[in-house]
Amino acid sequence: MRIGVVTFPGSLDDGDARRAVRRCGGEDVALWHNDPDLRRVDAVILPGGFSYGDYLRCGAIARFSPVMRSIVAAAGTGLPVLGICNGFQILCEAHLLPGALVRNAHLHFRNRDQLLRVESTDSAWTSRFSVGQELLIPVKNGEGRYVADQATLDELEAGGRIVARYLNGNPNGSQRDIAAIRNEAGNVVGIMPHPEHAVEALTGPSTDGAGFFTSVLAHLSAGATT
Amino acid sequence: MTTVEEPPMAAVADFDTVGQAGRTPDVTQPYAELGLQEDEYEKIRKLLGRRPTESELAMYSVMWSEHCSYKSSKVHLRQFAEKAPKSDRLLAGIGENAGVVKVNEYVAVTFKVESHNHPSFVEPYQGAATGVGGIVRDIIAMGARPLAVMDPLRFGDPEHPDTARVLPGIVGGVGGYGNCLGLPNIGGELVFDPCYQGNPLLNALCVGVLPVGGLRNKAAAGPGNAVILLGAKTGRDGIGGVSVLASATFGADSSARRPSVQVGDPFTEKLLIEACMEIYAADLVVGIQDLGGAGLTCALSETAAAAGTGMRVTLDEVPLREPSMAPHEILVSESQERMLLIVEPQKASLVLSIAARWGLLATVIGEVTNSGRLVVTWRDETVVDVPPASLADEGPVYARPMREPSDLPLLHADRAETLPRPASGAELRETLLRLAGSPNLCDKTWVTEQYDRYVLGNTVLAQPEDAGVLRLDEQTGLGVALSVDGNGRYTRLDPYRGAQLALAEAYRNVAVTGATPVAVTNCLNFGSPEDPQVMWQFAEAVRGLADGCLALGIPVTGGNVSFYNQTGAVAINPTPVVGVLGVLDNVAERVPLGLRHEKDVLFLLGETRAELSGSEWAHVIHRHLGGRPPEADLAREKALAGVLAAAARVGHLSAAHDLSDGGLAQALVECTLRYGIGAVVAFADDVDPFVALFSESAGRALVAVPRGQEKAFLATVEEHGVPCTPIGVVGGTALEVRDQFSIPLDELRRVWTGTLPALFGSPGPAGLVEAAASSEPAGSVEPAASSVELEIEVVDEPPAAAEPVAEAAPVAEAAPDGEPAEEPAPAGEPPVQEPPADGSS
Repeated sequence: MRIGVVTFPGSLDDGDARRAVRRCGGEDVALWHNDPDLRRVDAVILPGGFSYGDYLRCGAIARFSPVMRSIVAAAGTGLPVLGICNGFQILCEAHLLPGALVRNAHLHFRNRDQLLRVESTDSAWTSRFSVGQELLIPVKNGEGRYVADQATLDELEAGGRIVARYLNGNPNGSQRDIAAIRNEAGNVVGIMPHPEHAVEALTGPSTDGAGFFTSVLAHLSAGATT
Repeated sequence: MTTVEEPPMAAVADFDTVGQAGRTPDVTQPYAELGLQEDEYEKIRKLLGRRPTESELAMYSVMWSEHCSYKSSKVHLRQFAEKAPKSDRLLAGIGENAGVVKVNEYVAVTFKVESHNHPSFVEPYQGAATGVGGIVRDIIAMGARPLAVMDPLRFGDPEHPDTARVLPGIVGGVGGYGNCLGLPNIGGELVFDPCYQGNPLLNALCVGVLPVGGLRNKAAAGPGNAVILLGAKTGRDGIGGVSVLASATFGADSSARRPSVQVGDPFTEKLLIEACMEIYAADLVVGIQDLGGAGLTCALSETAAAAGTGMRVTLDEVPLREPSMAPHEILVSESQERMLLIVEPQKASLVLSIAARWGLLATVIGEVTNSGRLVVTWRDETVVDVPPASLADEGPVYARPMREPSDLPLLHADRAETLPRPASGAELRETLLRLAGSPNLCDKTWVTEQYDRYVLGNTVLAQPEDAGVLRLDEQTGLGVALSVDGNGRYTRLDPYRGAQLALAEAYRNVAVTGATPVAVTNCLNFGSPEDPQVMWQFAEAVRGLADGCLALGIPVTGGNVSFYNQTGAVAINPTPVVGVLGVLDNVAERVPLGLRHEKDVLFLLGETRAELSGSEWAHVIHRHLGGRPPEADLAREKALAGVLAAAARVGHLSAAHDLSDGGLAQALVECTLRYGIGAVVAFADDVDPFVALFSESAGRALVAVPRGQEKAFLATVEEHGVPCTPIGVVGGTALEVRDQFSIPLDELRRVWTGTLPALFGSPGPAGLVEAAASSEPAGSVEPAASSVELEIEVVDEPPAAAEPVAEAAPVAEAAPDGEPAEEPAPAGEPPVQEPPADGSS
């Protein structure tokens, strides 16, 4: 299965996302911000970083890149898309996901090993987990506080679209401890912590992050065989 | 023809040209305001055979400044080369942008530490940010991809209001730049001492990797080659003292007096890294140099001087942020995120297209010539015509007067060993807690949480570990370990020994991970070189460091000198910061510092003497600085490193931690709190527990050895001739010193983690602080039962344990039956627990 990882100017975790895809058995494909060609990928990851320096507002410029036009269109027809950190911010800016990610409540960049609770396995990227499963995954961001209006938050809750919540302390002040959400169809997921940094015991706090990548590969294989 | 008496600068042009300089030899020039001495100015005039133009004067003033010319330090720094031990690993050494060390046949690593002290005091965030940016470009210039950064930081009194201004800004700047650049921060230092109040130290280290054949240099070889400026536009930032020229010439125009601290743009630097990597991969450059201090002036003159060529530069081509800039401003601007590339003409368009792909400006601003002159034109007039080496290499060199500080004999006489000591177990407990919660020894999470340590996915160890460990090769596991250390108090008491102790500590920190130390970098932070007492401290420290490197057999590969760290007549404690690089054949074998397995046996390697002068104990408890610092026995350090590497390689170490600031007590605090697993320690009857816990004797490490491997471990120890004492057993939920005290880890953790948040503000809104304290490290499993009584029989009471610690012989030697550390029978079986997930299983 071909998993595309987009490199925007200022993307930082693109190499890590590609390594995670490879380690979990997928074929990683480099996508370039300025090229609308998705190169026949079966899924796309928008990696962490500071696309275009994040100078205007996180993800606000990346949203208008040629590759994003293709991704928004493909997501509409079911292409699995995972936005990690800056990728999550871009997905919100692109309106593939509701709400926004704003400056951490404590105003600091924070990097820590964060415990999460899986709230929904009903997505292309979390099918291999079980509800209630606890994951230890690094979080690192300055603008990771998820916010939305009450109606949206209620809708996310009611629709089972909150994919993961922070456990044992909310690292950034996110509303309702939200760490990850999905779209209605379940193919688009945005997550603030970094599963790509938790795929190897040697370099991560756990290997819990691998589940996101094996989930999408399983999802794609299932789709391919049916 | 009539001669008209004109004001010298008038009419012809609003800038000074070479022609004008020839016509108006007697113009008064503001050389003194620019920091040049009268004889230095005369030397310039003699060199050029005329007065310098404004632009030339600006160039000489920055290139001959202490910062660029090393004019006061040069005569001493030579020792690093003269005394350098033979090393076949060294590919590039002192004088290059950074030293380059061969790791194996194919892979090389480059690393360097640099200061950005003064800017970080003036404008903490940008000063620190551009400090990181500058050292990263040095690494790029060697042909390397930057891999990680480290940040040794020093501040004044933690409770001083200005520290609350400077510290958050500097930490924010280091993080803001490094995080956005995508480089993990893998370690550093955080030290407080009132001597740094007006002179905080921001040192930054960067390490990068390159193929052995991919080494780049700065020589602008090949007349006809294009000179390309790559990266950000040039603005009025960072012009510093040269703004004197602007005001002297054009009147006090306030718009020309911009802040002299540069502003960093990490996004552009990230693009610069990627563009340079593509340019290297396509082999498109002949030479390359970063633009840092002294901006274009430095890059142009050094590249031409290195090749012995000349250069013709059209300054009008330089992309400007402010079109009103004068030529001398363009030449000395320290605008960030710029590189100078020397490129064969037919490859120039390829370089420009790679730059365009990354959205970077790249401009041909001139060409290499064989004239031996650096000629710069502006609006078709020649504003600079000088021999490049006169700027780069032929600056003044001073052998400044030196004198031992007059207060040193008094300081030496005032020994900390004579201060009142805690006498009872309760007092020892109280002392340990006060030290653990003191600003220099407390938990540094408040700072390190603001840095990304995961990006790039090769961080195997990062702070709070003794050294950062990076994987270089995913297939083989080849990697490097790095540590930076310094101790200004030791160096104040004895600069020769203090520098060696800094070296020894960094060396030891690398060694405890199991790595083999191979090379050294240094950042020498001192007061004014014009003060003979400071100059003596500097000379002694350099001599100590050079001798130390020779003794350890690892060369200094490069470094940086920062003088004038003083406010008024009071200089900072002399603070050489030393970085050591080590090699690990397989990073999977690295040894972390935290205790992980119940029942592992704790051994103390090395010899403990009653060495308390300059110690953290004397500093915290008595506000005392006096006496002589601990002995620096480098042969012992070498032997210790040998044991650690050998034992790590065969898996005999489940944990290892260097003993330094705060002694054994602090090592135990850090080892137990890392994963929340306690320890019981016992000292022999004739050992003074206070000395055992708080002495800062060098050359020591605390190690945990899995049950069943003690014998093999002790055999290795004996082979290397390192003193070794069994001192305890891992387990329980407290740190206990038998017959003295016991501290539940919860209490210890509260004390250790509370300090920085209390000083610099809670790191988050209500609820976050507590969570932070209880989840660090996240995933750690606290043993359920409290206060487990562990009975340890220390090695069947071998004679070694009964010896006074100061005379401890190697254990294996002292235990004739050769049966050390047999399974001690715990009286109460501690609860069996799973080792916490720590990424090492």
